[in-house]
Amino acid sequence: MRHAHAVRVGAVGFRIGAAWRAPVAALARLYEGYPAPEVADLTVRLEPQRPWRRWVRPSVEIAGDYWLPDAAPLPLEQGLLAAEMGMNLQVALGWRRHLLLHASAVEKDGRVLLMSGASGSGKSTLATLLGMSGWRFLGDEFAFVALDDGRIHPFPRAASLKNGAIEAVRAAGGTVGPVLEGTPKGAIGYWRPPADALARMAEAAPPALLLFPRFGHAEAVEPMPPSEAFMRLTQASTNYVALGEAGFATLARLVGTVPALAIDYPDSATGLALVERLWSEA
Amino acid sequence: MTAARLLVAALREPASVAGLSPAEWTALLTAARAERLIGTLAHRIDARQVPAAVARILADARASAVQERRAALWEAEMARRALAPLGCLVVLLKGTAFAAAGLDAGQGRSIGDLDILVPREALGEVEQALRAAGWEAVKEDDYDDAYYRRWMHELPPLIHRERDRMIDVHHTILPPTARPTPDAAALLADAVPLGNGLSVLSPADMVVHAAAHMLADGDLAGGLRNLWDIDRLLREFAGDEFWEALAGRAARHGLTAPVCRAVRLAHGLYGTPVPEGWAGWGGGDALYRRRLLVRDGWGRQGHAVTRLGFYVRSHWLRMPPLMLARHLWTKATRRAA
Repeated sequence: MRHAHAVRVGAVGFRIGAAWRAPVAALARLYEGYPAPEVADLTVRLEPQRPWRRWVRPSVEIAGDYWLPDAAPLPLEQGLLAAEMGMNLQVALGWRRHLLLHASAVEKDGRVLLMSGASGSGKSTLATLLGMSGWRFLGDEFAFVALDDGRIHPFPRAASLKNGAIEAVRAAGGTVGPVLEGTPKGAIGYWRPPADALARMAEAAPPALLLFPRFGHAEAVEPMPPSEAFMRLTQASTNYVALGEAGFATLARLVGTVPALAIDYPDSATGLALVERLWSEA
Repeated sequence: MTAARLLVAALREPASVAGLSPAEWTALLTAARAERLIGTLAHRIDARQVPAAVARILADARASAVQERRAALWEAEMARRALAPLGCLVVLLKGTAFAAAGLDAGQGRSIGDLDILVPREALGEVEQALRAAGWEAVKEDDYDDAYYRRWMHELPPLIHRERDRMIDVHHTILPPTARPTPDAAALLADAVPLGNGLSVLSPADMVVHAAAHMLADGDLAGGLRNLWDIDRLLREFAGDEFWEALAGRAARHGLTAPVCRAVRLAHGLYGTPVPEGWAGWGGGDALYRRRLLVRDGWGRQGHAVTRLGFYVRSHWLRMPPLMLARHLWTKATRRAA
């Protein structure tokens, strides 16, 4: 490919190739200071839909080792988002070394807090805010659960914050940039994890608490039985089925050993205080 | 060396990977994944002889292949249970057959859909029994559905609504519109029972089917994997009687030319030992070889013109000219609509 960049995030070595310079340059800036992989585990390709679309109304198609048949291309100005989506897609469809949960993760005192929820639940925002206030940021998108001992391995990509979350993190003193306006998901801003999160990206830790947050509702806490947590996490896992027995055993151990709570919160400040309180009681 | 050539060399002679640079490893692994041969490669290569980062990727590929194999055999068992009351012959084809029969070709092989062969006269009740057991149409489209039923060698693909797995039910091994007409009754008559209610094709028919699938039906996408199947089958079945049987069966099914070409290509690329008279080069083999080796180190396919040629050829092989024109017209106008 004409332009390429390789970066390791946690356990995953990525190689991103593109027909244009801009997306790769933006990616290299966002991931400055991250190590390079010895041999890439996963490959992302950003290609024009048709050869002439490299110049004429350039649109970026996301391809690579794995792909979805109906993925819509993005305009070149959103090339960084395409690169990020490509990386997520490769992990979601191709990774088999850990059980993957669509969850954010932060660590304190050697124990991990997992937060799982759909887009808009606030899991990225909460993990980012906690990562700015004494917690180690492990990741805002995927939690990597080790198949042998159930520990959580970091995947400290730049957090992707949407719409209101950008302001919430800025108001708390965080630096968000670059911000892409008008994407299919609205405005998206990237927050670079602190140096500590990068330096310790190979350091796993056992999970201690599992939260299912829901943003925009009156404060409430509801214990969740392991059976329900199990079912919700099979839905939140991208490789549970592909891992077969190993996936079942790993998920069963997680919900069998870690307490789970569903929490509602009206705003970030309340959510943050609630999480700190529940953590101190866990 | 191009990535596809690296891949062929690594499969043919696993020791050839000693001393590959990290960039060459990346290219090799990417091409292997794109050709769906990474599980096979992982099975061939001694993980102690490679860099740690590569060993981890190969270990993942091995674990995936084990799981795919387990899921494929389970799917075959599900089909067996659904079809057992009919009492008709059910013959496993392709990857599932290799795995179920314990053949070398199944080692590390990726297995996607379940392919089975049943007697043509049983097709209706087979479809009914599968639908009753939870399989349903992938997508309802009248033209595609009618096309499959009238002109194809298989039912429209069915997918299981709970397990999300596809099944292709064949009544022969080439579309009725193709020029060669394989003897489906002979395929069934000589099938080898596995002892569990399912059967596989006889060794010679298995090779004939692999060659027909690769060279007489389709545009050679995934051809390196199909050719690897053929290499493994030929090595495992080798023997004077087998080669004689292969020549006989190929002639009987009207597939002598594709079988001979597949044997030559396997010999040329993977070094398959073949008897005098089967080796050598035939007209056009170089073009096939070029088509097989299009994959680059980023997992892309090069040689667009060669590929287009083989795409056009795949349709040409499958249908008479007038029918092809009608088919392409319907497809094109439907897409525009």
